[in-house]
Amino acid sequence: MNLDVEVITLTLVLITFAIYIYIGWWAKVKDTSSFFVAGKEIPAVANGAAIAADWMSAASFISMAGLISFLGYDGTIYLMGWTGGYVLLALLLAPYLRKFGRYTVPDFIGDRYYSNKTRAVAAIATIFISLTYVAGQMRGVGIVFSRYLQVDITIGVIIGMAIVAFFAVLGGMKGITWTQVIQYFVLIIAIIIPAAAISLQLTGIPVPQLGLTFSDIAERLSTLQVELGMDEYLAPFQNMSGLNVFAVTLALMLGTAGLPHVIVRFYTVKDVRSARWSAGWALIFIALLYTVAPAIGVFAKYNLINTFNDAPITEVRDISWVSKWEETGLLGLNDKNGDGMLNFTEEGSPANEVTIDPDIIVLSTPEVAELSPFIIALVAAGGLAAALSTASGLLLAMSSAVSHDLYYRIFRPQASEKQRLKIGRIMIFLAVIVAGYFGINPPGFVGEVVAFAFGLGAASLFPAILLGIFDKRMNREGATWGIAIGLSFTLTMILLMRSVQVFGTETQILDSFLGIDALGIGVVGAILNFVVSFVISRMTQAPPKEISDMVEEIRVPKVSESGEK
Amino acid sequence: MSDKQLSQKQREYWKKNIRLIVTLLIIWASVSLVAAIILAEPLSNVYFFDVPLSFWFAHQGSIVVFIFLVFTYAIRMDRLDKKYGVEEVILTEKKDSKGDES
Repeated sequence: MNLDVEVITLTLVLITFAIYIYIGWWAKVKDTSSFFVAGKEIPAVANGAAIAADWMSAASFISMAGLISFLGYDGTIYLMGWTGGYVLLALLLAPYLRKFGRYTVPDFIGDRYYSNKTRAVAAIATIFISLTYVAGQMRGVGIVFSRYLQVDITIGVIIGMAIVAFFAVLGGMKGITWTQVIQYFVLIIAIIIPAAAISLQLTGIPVPQLGLTFSDIAERLSTLQVELGMDEYLAPFQNMSGLNVFAVTLALMLGTAGLPHVIVRFYTVKDVRSARWSAGWALIFIALLYTVAPAIGVFAKYNLINTFNDAPITEVRDISWVSKWEETGLLGLNDKNGDGMLNFTEEGSPANEVTIDPDIIVLSTPEVAELSPFIIALVAAGGLAAALSTASGLLLAMSSAVSHDLYYRIFRPQASEKQRLKIGRIMIFLAVIVAGYFGINPPGFVGEVVAFAFGLGAASLFPAILLGIFDKRMNREGATWGIAIGLSFTLTMILLMRSVQVFGTETQILDSFLGIDALGIGVVGAILNFVVSFVISRMTQAPPKEISDMVEEIRVPKVSESGEK
Repeated sequence: MSDKQLSQKQREYWKKNIRLIVTLLIIWASVSLVAAIILAEPLSNVYFFDVPLSFWFAHQGSIVVFIFLVFTYAIRMDRLDKKYGVEEVILTEKKDSKGDES
């Protein structure tokens, strides 16, 4: 049985990889516009699917449902936080950035604020955000390989690097976009089939979202958890304070709208209208996963509690998936009081005899629901698709910040098209190597990717772009100081509040900032950025006429009737 | 059309755009930050089918509303673009692209 699963998994993974490589070959590009922004000819729906795949990482796919099942109500920080940002993107940024119509985020910031220094700061922020993010993705690839195919994590990472390098170096944004479209469908099918099966089993309704709302399963889980001394699943603020839920949700929303690898996807469509529509498609595609995840969380948790609590330990161990996950260390059964029965209560309580890694929730769902080995293989391929698609988008954002913004726009504006394409390819290749290295030897900050990437996106890039579009009076001085202060405040705060993980200090240097945790501190950074930008810009000279003309121009899809035709 | 008229028209277009954005963002904040977080406790006692209303907003409803907001914006802006004659006429560099209506 186990061998079967492995053979099927391997076959399915190889098939999907072959498709990705084929697309990379088919999409190989010859000019910088195709390399950086896919020639600006991606249809809105396809761009929506690509954004969704770009967006949903290994963590969204494998860990999120599990995290939510342990956070209960408070899991909303991820659910609303990682979808609400798309409303901001669609309404406030995407159409105007598409009208601006260059290649990268630092492109806009550098041009709008007529300063190469500001451009460089934006490029460095982009590189740092993407690097922390991508290392976790490469590690995710390694983990999926090691869990499903018993391959060493390091080798798994190297295989992932080779695949990404192939289609990203050859096909640039064009290759990445079309592989992401395929990867989206692989990952969404992989999550929905097991979810539908388990929903049917527990609620009699095959649509997980409806199963959650139109059955008493959530209520039953909540009552069951209270009986066992765990949190009330349906009640708010059991795991986090209300203030923190608020701050983290908002920080993740603002951060989403400030992530360079997401923003840049809106440059790849053909016009302003498509930018607005592709945000809608993206959100539908993302919402499919994000509304299913909380349902899976409830179903799986309910199932696990019922399987384990008050059951004889020997009987539990006879279930095939239990012994398999116990071996990996993700599931721990320990009959502490020696009565032969398992006691499942709050984690950390001395009476608790079952420990569960949140990742198990998604990984074990197909087995718990007794689905065929093919579905288990599909989940493995889905996890890989999620990790690879996100990694490739990040690698492109990172390498374009180096090759386009730093090299071409700042150091060698006279570089020829051919040179720029070559540098772009070399940079993406180097980025793959760096990302792979950090994936194999993850430094402490990689584990804090959510705090760093979203916090810095919220505190630096989001306000600068927003003000650049909506405040015509915003000038170089205001924006530069705003970014500098927002960025350094947020970075310092996260480092102080996560010093154990990053520097290895014994305790965190700072517990919280006025009750706000590291995950939510980006909101404070963003507010600081807005205030500083506003005050400084009003004290200094207005931007030059050609800049305010440029702002006028990006605000309207088409400016003059007599324009170029 | 003279330059002056054009910029007058553009200003009007921009104002309407801002009004639409603000309206939609108020809805955005009221379903997410208000209904699911600030009013989480009082709305826990109101039921939406089989789950508390605030929980439903927190885990399902807000996301559905977000989708609705983004599509509403896209549709309304398409109309506004047409009305003000600012919709983009695509300059075809590649003759083979099928979907352009220029």
